[in-house]
Amino acid sequence: MRAKAADYILYDQETGAYRVDPEQVVRDDVEKHYWLHVGRMILKDWRLYVMLVPMLLVFLFWRYFPMYELLGCFKVNDMVKPVADQYFSGFSYFKRLLFAGDSLSLDFWRAMRNTFLLSFYGLCFGFPMPIILALFFNEIKSDIARSVYQVLTYLPKFMSTVVMTSLVVMLVKQGALTTNMGIINQALVKLGVMSYETANAGLLNNPTFFRTIYQISGIWEGAGYDSIVFFAAIIAISPTSYEAAQIDGANKWAQMRYVVLPSILSTVVIMLITRIGSLLNVGYEKVLLLYNTNTYVTADVVSTLSYRHGMAGNTGTGIAAAAEMMNNVIGMLLVIGANTIARKASNTSLY
Amino acid sequence: MKRKLEISELIFKILSYTFLTVFALCCLYPFVYAVSAALSGRHAVEYGQIVLFPKNIQFEAFARMFNNNMFWNAYTNTLFLALFGTIWSMLTSILGAYALSKKRLLFRKFFNFFLVFTMWFSAGLVPQYLNYIATGKVFEAIGIMDDKWLVVIAMGMAAMNIILLRNAFEGVPSEIEEAAIVDGATEFQVLSKVYIPMSKSTIATVALFFAISRWNGYFWARQMISNSNEHPLQVFIRLRLEEFQDPDFITGWNEVYATDSAIYALIVCSIIPILIIYPFIQKYFAKGVNMGGVKE
Repeated sequence: MRAKAADYILYDQETGAYRVDPEQVVRDDVEKHYWLHVGRMILKDWRLYVMLVPMLLVFLFWRYFPMYELLGCFKVNDMVKPVADQYFSGFSYFKRLLFAGDSLSLDFWRAMRNTFLLSFYGLCFGFPMPIILALFFNEIKSDIARSVYQVLTYLPKFMSTVVMTSLVVMLVKQGALTTNMGIINQALVKLGVMSYETANAGLLNNPTFFRTIYQISGIWEGAGYDSIVFFAAIIAISPTSYEAAQIDGANKWAQMRYVVLPSILSTVVIMLITRIGSLLNVGYEKVLLLYNTNTYVTADVVSTLSYRHGMAGNTGTGIAAAAEMMNNVIGMLLVIGANTIARKASNTSLY
Repeated sequence: MKRKLEISELIFKILSYTFLTVFALCCLYPFVYAVSAALSGRHAVEYGQIVLFPKNIQFEAFARMFNNNMFWNAYTNTLFLALFGTIWSMLTSILGAYALSKKRLLFRKFFNFFLVFTMWFSAGLVPQYLNYIATGKVFEAIGIMDDKWLVVIAMGMAAMNIILLRNAFEGVPSEIEEAAIVDGATEFQVLSKVYIPMSKSTIATVALFFAISRWNGYFWARQMISNSNEHPLQVFIRLRLEEFQDPDFITGWNEVYATDSAIYALIVCSIIPILIIYPFIQKYFAKGVNMGGVKE
């Protein structure tokens, strides 16, 4: 906005005279020659901007250029030509995925459903577990015993996804002529939970068990590590709060209800909101390493569908990218929404 | 004044010890079982007789693994990726985070948004794949023939880690920086002599995050590294597992160990170095998760 004439005039109280405001002249100068000033500022601090360059380039090349490739979703697929030279096809891929009713479209809806269900069950079963662990850790007063427990429960987090899934695959593997089935299958048969035939066919070959295996291995891998946040919130509670509650005659449950729970509630709410925000971001790596053709019904998520059609198969990169893009756009809206709510609820933004 | 334990407290105490013991043992058991199965004799493994301790101990499965050149090759490749990947990620992240932490940086909001947006929205697997292929071709054109360098340079940057570093740098009091500048320190000296020493623990944590994610990297390494001599350990393990899972594949009849033992031996060998350094790095991890609140 251009400055008004009155902005240039200052009233000097000591002499009772009016004079021109030099700062406003400078401000005006800055406004008039904005880019010149920007250039001067950058030249003055050029080292700072040079430091920024490598990071910006990495993000530009390998995070933002792929977004440019997303234009392929709207264009007729032709692997030979670069995206810029292809013909526009409008929203045809999206329409096909959503409404066509052919096998690809049905697969897409199934994958959307699986993506949502895998994270939703993770929210129901995987989320409370770290909180429970943190409550129990707090109960162990001996430092040595507690750190032993903590070290043991964090341990699986340090395994790579490949090692973790390899162990899972081996522990629940099918029986064959030459080898026996996995140790977990044997235990389930011994306990009478499962018939020999079902167990011998391998748990990962049976779509009924995929979600269970996914959640249990998720808890095994992450619950201990995720409890750190909640444990930090619990040990921050002052011991005097417990003493006051005890003097008032509160037993353990009352202390939990009126001392511990209110103190960790804000942490729990923030973590819960974050978790809901990432409801559609299922780790494709783990699914890819655990599923097989027998379990697509319950295991196939949008990323793996996109991988199969766009990278491992030849259905076309445009339609595969379109499938994942829909998932990611909804995911992004959820994350932004969750972040906004977290900011409103606790005055702390996550990002 | 010593209070008597109330009955509810006692119940809760017993409950927590029992639950934690069971849970901790469940966390540990698969690893113990893997070691036992790797050490057990063929007959015991194939008939599923191992529950906890190894039976008919043999070391052939491990010996075969140690004599396999491909295995050591994969290990070297992983070390290469983890070392250079971490150095590259840390270099770009520290420089970038330092610049972002300065209030006098112009367009600071824009640059921050530029980073944070990548945490919200990712283009997805297929566009990334096409992009890696295209950049791989560019790399080849400028003379970098090795796929490994593409993995080192292009992959594994995380906006979250940069933001952790930026927050740590913002916490450094500006008086110290001003004092250094008065003493005639250049921008780079301010960073290396003031900022880095003062946020050592955050830097260690972030470096650890990068190193672990590089060490564990699998999917893109498998997609982008075509030469099997350059496969990192994770890809090597997975390919072996897929090969062994093939029903037609069984170890030769004259071997003293079962196919399963070979896989378990591989898994155990890949875990051992992490187990060795685990006690030393564990506290940094606990710190990191509290710093970020959320880890991606």
